[in-house]
Amino acid sequence: MVIHIDNKEYNIKSGKNLLEACLSVGLDLPYFCWHPAMGSVGACRQCAVKVYKDENDTKGRLVMSCMEGVKDGLYLSIEDKTAKEFREQVIEWLMTNHPHDCPVCDEGGACHLQDMTVMTGHDYRRFKYKKRTYTNQYLGPLIHHEMNRCIQCYRCVRYYRDYAGGDDLNVFAAHNHVYFGREKDGVLQSPFSGNLSEVCPTGVFTDKTLKEHYTRKWDLTMSPSVCNHCSVGCNTIAAERYGELRCILNRYNGDVNGYFLCDRGRFGYEFVNSENRIKRVIIRNRAGEASTEEELMQHLQPLVSMSKIIGIGSPRASLESNFALMQLVGKQNFYQGISEDEAHLNRVCIDVLQSGSVHSASLKEIEQADAVLVVGEDIWNTAPMMALAVRQAVVKTAGAEASQHVQIPVWLDSAIKELAQEDKGFLAVLNVSASPLDELATHAWHATPDDLSRAAFAIAAYLQPGKLQADNFSEELTNQAKAIGEALKQAKNPVIITGVSSYNDNVIKAAFDIAASLNTAGRKTGMACVMTECNSMGLALMDAPAFNHAMDSVRPNGHATAVILENDLYRHLTPNLVDNFLNKCDHIIVLDSLHNSTTEKASVLLPAATFAEGDGTLVNNEGRAQRFFQVIPNADTQVKESWQWLWKMQMLRSQKVNGHVLHPDELLQKMETDMPQFKGITSVSPGHDYTIHGERIPREPHRYSGRTAIQANKNVSEPKPFYDGDSPLSFTMEGFKGVPPSWAVPFFWAPGWNSVQSVAKYQDEPNGSLKGGNPGVRLLQDKKKENADLFFKDVPEQFVITKDKWLLLPKFHVLGSGELSGYTKALEVLSPELFAIISPKSAEALNVKEGDMLQLTDAGIAYGSLPVKVLDNMCDGVVFVNAGSRGTVGMNWGTRINLAKVN
Amino acid sequence: MTKFSDEKLAKVQEIIARYPDGKQKSALLPVLHLAQEEFGWLSSDTMDYVASLLSIEPIEVYEVATFYSMYNLQPVGRYTFEVCQTGPCMIKGSDDIISYIEQKLNIKPGQTTEDGMFTLKTVECLGACGYAPMMQMGKFYKEHLTKEKVDAIIDECRKTAAANN
Repeated sequence: MVIHIDNKEYNIKSGKNLLEACLSVGLDLPYFCWHPAMGSVGACRQCAVKVYKDENDTKGRLVMSCMEGVKDGLYLSIEDKTAKEFREQVIEWLMTNHPHDCPVCDEGGACHLQDMTVMTGHDYRRFKYKKRTYTNQYLGPLIHHEMNRCIQCYRCVRYYRDYAGGDDLNVFAAHNHVYFGREKDGVLQSPFSGNLSEVCPTGVFTDKTLKEHYTRKWDLTMSPSVCNHCSVGCNTIAAERYGELRCILNRYNGDVNGYFLCDRGRFGYEFVNSENRIKRVIIRNRAGEASTEEELMQHLQPLVSMSKIIGIGSPRASLESNFALMQLVGKQNFYQGISEDEAHLNRVCIDVLQSGSVHSASLKEIEQADAVLVVGEDIWNTAPMMALAVRQAVVKTAGAEASQHVQIPVWLDSAIKELAQEDKGFLAVLNVSASPLDELATHAWHATPDDLSRAAFAIAAYLQPGKLQADNFSEELTNQAKAIGEALKQAKNPVIITGVSSYNDNVIKAAFDIAASLNTAGRKTGMACVMTECNSMGLALMDAPAFNHAMDSVRPNGHATAVILENDLYRHLTPNLVDNFLNKCDHIIVLDSLHNSTTEKASVLLPAATFAEGDGTLVNNEGRAQRFFQVIPNADTQVKESWQWLWKMQMLRSQKVNGHVLHPDELLQKMETDMPQFKGITSVSPGHDYTIHGERIPREPHRYSGRTAIQANKNVSEPKPFYDGDSPLSFTMEGFKGVPPSWAVPFFWAPGWNSVQSVAKYQDEPNGSLKGGNPGVRLLQDKKKENADLFFKDVPEQFVITKDKWLLLPKFHVLGSGELSGYTKALEVLSPELFAIISPKSAEALNVKEGDMLQLTDAGIAYGSLPVKVLDNMCDGVVFVNAGSRGTVGMNWGTRINLAKVN
Repeated sequence: MTKFSDEKLAKVQEIIARYPDGKQKSALLPVLHLAQEEFGWLSSDTMDYVASLLSIEPIEVYEVATFYSMYNLQPVGRYTFEVCQTGPCMIKGSDDIISYIEQKLNIKPGQTTEDGMFTLKTVECLGACGYAPMMQMGKFYKEHLTKEKVDAIIDECRKTAAANN
C-alpha cells in the first residue's frame, strides 16, 4: 500500500506499524522500547510522529508510531516541528538521571542512547537537581550491571522474561527509582543472558568478558563469522584488536539466529586467546628444531610420501580443510573422525532429510511453527538457540491465532499478551530427562530412547492407521499418541525435532515417520535433526567411512602415516580404539589449534587456525552451508588454516616444488565437481577476487584509530596492512562504504546509527531478510516425493531395565558442553562437574546415594569411577555421564554397561 | 520468625479463595496489606513469608511491594503523616505545612522520630483537592491544615498514645 511520509510516497507492506514502515524505507526515527523481535508497547514515547487525516489536514495529531498500523493513503510527518520538539523533550527527560559517563562506559561508541540523543537534537541540560543513583548487582561472570545508566525502556525484562523465559531478572519500584535486577546478587540463570548486552539500548547490561580486554567498537577489526559451538550455525561477528579476539557479536540472519545468540555462542570465544593454543610447529623425537618452513617441509617429505597415508577428518573443521585432507590422502583413505554409531546416526539424519518426504526446517521456520514435537533430543542443552526458537513458536502461536479473530496486530505486544493470557501453542517433549523446555510443554514424558521411539512410532501409527501391523503398544502409549497425533494433525506448520544425542536411530526414524505422515497437502511439515558439532553435517555429507574402519585399512606390519585433522579423537571414540589405531601408525601428523590428548600423541604437530584466524565453510544441521572469514591476521605466526597446511603437504607428496597459492573458493569448486551432494556450494560466497566497483570490503570501521602507530612498540614505521588473499574482505578501513552483500557483512553501522540497532539499514524490513537475501546455501534441496518409505518395520521392543546393564547416554550442558568453549574461563566456572547421573529409583536399585562413587565398565573397558548425582524427572535404567565438557572422554554411548558401587 | 496468627491465616485463605485455582498470586496486594497491618512494615522476611503463603517466588513479591508507595519497606512510626504535595495542595501552602512538621518533629520526609511515634512522608494527589492542604494519617484524612491544626493533631496523637500504653 502507499503511504505519504513528509509528502513523499512510499510503498509499504500492509500489517506493519508506522515505525517499522519508516525504518523499512530507510528513514531515521528514534525509538527505545520497541524491538523488532519483541514488538511494541508504547512505553518510551520516543517515536512520536504527526499523522494527518488527509492531504488537507494541516493540524494533524501526535501519535506513537510504534502503536499505529499503516493504512492505505496515510499521511504522516517525521519532520513536523511539534513531533520533533516532543521527541527532543522525551530524551531530555530520560537524560535527567543518566550519568553521562560515556567515556568510561563500555557501550560508548555503540550506544543507541547516544545515537538517539544526537538524532533528536537534545544537547543542553536544563534539569538542575541531583541525579538518582543506585547500587549495582553482581550478575555473574558474563554480564556487567550498571543501573545508573538506565532509561527505563523495559526492554531487558521484556526480553529476559517474556522472550527468553527467564525468571530471575525483574523490575522493582516505580517512578524515577525503577530498578532492573535480581532479587539479590547472583549469576543470571538464563543461558540467553548475553543478549541483554545488545537488547539494552545503553550501558546497563554489558559484556563482562569484553571488559577484560576492552576495545571500542570503532577500534575493532570485524569479520562475518559462524558460531563453532553447536550444530545450529548461528551467524556471528568476530572482533579483533592487537591480535586477540575481543568479543563475539550477533550477526543478524533472518533464517537462522535472528537478533540473538546463546551464551555458549557469545562468550565461548576465548579459547582463541587461550594459553593452551598451539602457535608453533612441534616435531617430537627429532634432534634440533625445524625452525624454518624449509626444514619443516624436509622433515614432512618422507612422512607424506609413504605409500599408505590415512586421513582422519573432523566434524568441527571446515569443509575446505576436510576436503583438502581428502585430496591429500585420496578418497579411499579418508575417514570421519567419529565413531561408527555417530556416523550411522548422522547418515540416518541426512537420509531422512534428503528423502523428499520432509522439509529440513530452518530456525526461523521452527519459530513460526504452530505445533512442535521434540523426540529424543535435549535441545535446551545441545542446541540452545533451537530451544529459544521453540519457545517463540509455543508462546506466540496462541497470540497470532487470537490476533486474527479480533484484528489486533501481532506486534502490539501487551495487547496480544493480554488477549492470549496463558494460552500456548502445542508442544510435546518426549525425552530421556527433563529440561526447562518441559515447563512450556502440553505433554512432557521421560523414557529410555527405545521407549521414546516406540511412543513416536505410536504417534505415526495414529497418523497413518493400518500401516503398522500387530503393534503391542500399551494403552497409555496409545492414548498419549492419540492426543499428540491429533494436535499435530490440527496444525498447519508443525515441526518435528529430533537428534543424535540419544544414540538411537529408531528415534530419528520414528520422528521421520511422524513428519512424513504429516507432510500432506495443505500442511507444511518441517523436520530438524540436531547433530553434535558445527560441521557434523558437512562431514557426514562427504560420505566417508567412520573411524573404526581406518583401523582395518592398516595392515599388520604395514607402514602408514596418519594425518589427523582438528579432532580430539579421545572425545569422540573410546580410548582403546584410538590407542590401537595410533600404535599401528609409524607417523602421526596432527593439525589442531588447542593441545589435547590427541595432539600429545603427534609426532608432528601443526598449528591450525581457529575460525578467527582462517576462512572456511561450515554446514549446519539444517544443511545450510555458511562461510566464515578470518579476523585475526596471522602474518608473523606459524598458524595457518588446516587446508593451507594440507595443500602444502599435497604439493610435497606430488613433488611439485612450487605449487600455486590455493584459495578456498578453488577447493569448493573442486568439491562441487567431485561430489554432487555439494552442488551449489560455490555460491556460499563469491571468489577471493570479488570486488564492488573495484573496491574490497573493509573489516575496519572508518573511525578505526591508531593504524599508523599500532605496532609502534615494535617498529615506529607504519606497518603494511595484512593482505588477505583468500576473501574479498580487506584488513583496512578503506574500500566499499555501502551495505555489502549479505554474506560479507563485517559489522553493522550506518550514519547516525553506531549501535547494533543499525541492522535495520541492512534489512529489507525489520525482522525480515537481509538485503539481497539471508546468507547461506541450503544443500538439502526439497524434492517432492509422494509416497515416503517409512520405517514402521523398525519398531523396537520395549526397553527392559536390568540391574546389571545400564544404558549409557551423554548428558550435555547448555554452557559447559563444547570442546572449544570450555576454554573460556567464565563458561568453565558455570559448567557442571563430571557426574554419573541416575534416577532416584536407579539409585535405590544400585544402593547408592548422592556423592557415592560408581565404577563404570563396558565389556572390558574401564571408564573409571564417577560421583553419583541423583536427578528427578529422568527415566530409570539409564546412566548419564556429562559429555562435551573439558575432561570428558569418548564412551560407547548408547550401549549397556555395568555399574558398581565403589566402597 | 514472622508468622500470622491462625485468625489472620484464615483471612489469607479467604482472600486466596476469591480467585480461580492457580491464580493465588492475585491475592498478593490484600495479603501484603494484611501483613503490613500485622507487622507494621514489610521486611524481607515478611515478604518471603508472604511468597511462601502464596506459593510464588520472593522476587514476585518484591517487584510488587517496591512499586506501591503505600507499602512501607522500612519501619515506620506509630502515626504516619502523608502530606499531599500535588498542585492544588501546593498552591494552598502544603510546602509550609511540610516544613512546619519537619521543624516541629525534627525529621525530614521519609524519616521517623526517635521515639518511634511519627513518620513524615510526602505523597501525590489523594483526591481531596477541595479540602487542601491536606494529609492522610492512617485511615483518616486531615483537611484544611494550618499550623495550629497540625499542633492539635500531634498533641492528640501523643495523648492517645499515652492513654493506650
